Amino acid sequence: MHTIVSNERISEGIYLMTVEGQFQARMGQFFMLRAWDREPILSRPISIFNVEENAIQFLYKVAGEGTRMFARLRAQDQIQLEGPFGNGFPEVTGKTALVGGGIGVAPLLYTAKQLKDKPDIYLGFRGQSYLTEMYEPYANELNVTVNGNLLEDLDLAKYDQVFVCGPLGMMKAVALKGEGLDTDIYVSFEKRMACGIGACYVCSVMNKEKNKKVCSDGPVFHAQEVEWHAELSL
Amino acid sequence: MRNLACKVAGIPFNNPIIMASGTFGFGREFAKLYDINILGGISSKGLTLHPRRGNTGTRMVETAGGMLNSVGLENPGIDAFLQEEMKFWETIEPVKIVNLGGSNIEEYVQGALKITQDADERHKNKKKAVDMVELNISCPNVKEGGIAFGIKTAVAREVIREVRQVTSLPLAVKLSPQAEDIVEMAVMCEEEGAESISLVNTFSGMKIDIHDRKSMFNNMYAGLSGPCIKPIALRMVHQVAKAVSVPVIGMGGISNASDIIEFIMAGAEVVQVGTYNFMNLRAGEELLAGLQSFMELENIQSLDEIRGII
Repeated sequence: MHTIVSNERISEGIYLMTVEGQFQARMGQFFMLRAWDREPILSRPISIFNVEENAIQFLYKVAGEGTRMFARLRAQDQIQLEGPFGNGFPEVTGKTALVGGGIGVAPLLYTAKQLKDKPDIYLGFRGQSYLTEMYEPYANELNVTVNGNLLEDLDLAKYDQVFVCGPLGMMKAVALKGEGLDTDIYVSFEKRMACGIGACYVCSVMNKEKNKKVCSDGPVFHAQEVEWHAELSL
Repeated sequence: MRNLACKVAGIPFNNPIIMASGTFGFGREFAKLYDINILGGISSKGLTLHPRRGNTGTRMVETAGGMLNSVGLENPGIDAFLQEEMKFWETIEPVKIVNLGGSNIEEYVQGALKITQDADERHKNKKKAVDMVELNISCPNVKEGGIAFGIKTAVAREVIREVRQVTSLPLAVKLSPQAEDIVEMAVMCEEEGAESISLVNTFSGMKIDIHDRKSMFNNMYAGLSGPCIKPIALRMVHQVAKAVSVPVIGMGGISNASDIIEFIMAGAEVVQVGTYNFMNLRAGEELLAGLQSFMELENIQSLDEIRGII
């Protein structure tokens, strides 16, 4: 069990939880969080927003019963963290763009901090932007779009690789836009999970040759691996 | 330390805790989190003769006290299991059970044959092998086969008879709670030579997306598991254990050591733990410690003292 340092409301339905402890993780990985005994049944997979010397931070959106319970937690409350799990973004050099939509911005801060070469960061929000100032020190260039289409300003061909996390529609749009380019596009998926470690087959996505598990084969996939047109099981 | 040893079809189990099919993969992932050699047994992810990609769309929804799943028997197929996963199974101690599914009788038979031949080969080479087959005639999430064989006793009899002929491995039959008459079904399994009965698989259930106005699952219905099914599962295990003389593998909603004791008092020889693996990724450790402390508290030397006492 770990102790919560703070759990602040950042924006409408968006919270930032800081948990005490020393953690080592790769960019784009996630933890299974649990702050209850028996109900809800399952723990919740939440991506890593930030890792500090003696704390880890999770930026999350209230979307159901579990995240509602997270939002009610206070400093000094206890939370269980299992992880880190999953394969995150690949370690790369060169020109990188990070593209986040909505709560999909969450894994991109730690990613930006971990990258050797400062990336260009594109963040898109509906209604209101939040925490963009935290990304600034780690960005070569920071582009923030509110209530617009952040893909309009994004010239994929400029980059060696683009990391995308956001709504499925947005990731698909980037993937299709990038077809035929030399740019490597990586997308980070979110799926309902039961175990989070690759044992339950609940979070499978169907890619071209075989199924992949979002939790243990992902959550990050090369866009070319994904069956975008069939949308099987996505 | 109390003696938790159990026996099914002559196979010794160090303790009554078996991880249930579909919730533990082949054990590799959990082995990174704790020493799975403490477990009594592992029942594999449901395997079929040919690989299956499983169901499309949403595969899981939480419910009050449980979860609905519609994975649809995604699995690598028996050949890949024997080539890849057996390498890992050769290195572990728990009793190794293959959960075998199929779309038709021929698939069950061919699957059982391959597993049996592989086990024979390994025995010759003094290697660890599959110890038991758990015949899955109760998966609710596949269109053909699975539960279609688990509703009517006469239909199930045919599958078990055919499989029995091709395997010398101990055979457990995993029953569906949707069986028309679960006691009659269990008695038939014993008559056909099954060495054990395991029950229950998931209950067929449903969840509707009221905004989309359709079922959450492409397959319409899904399998309900978790603590919410325990009282019904326990009752069924009790009824079956009273009616057959072969050992019963009891399961359904076990989420603490007390639940295990209940199943054993209801007559189960050993138990399986499923959904609880998701509630606690180190379930095996916790449940085993809980069993030990219950036995010490109640001064029970062996589970035989309490088995089937209800």
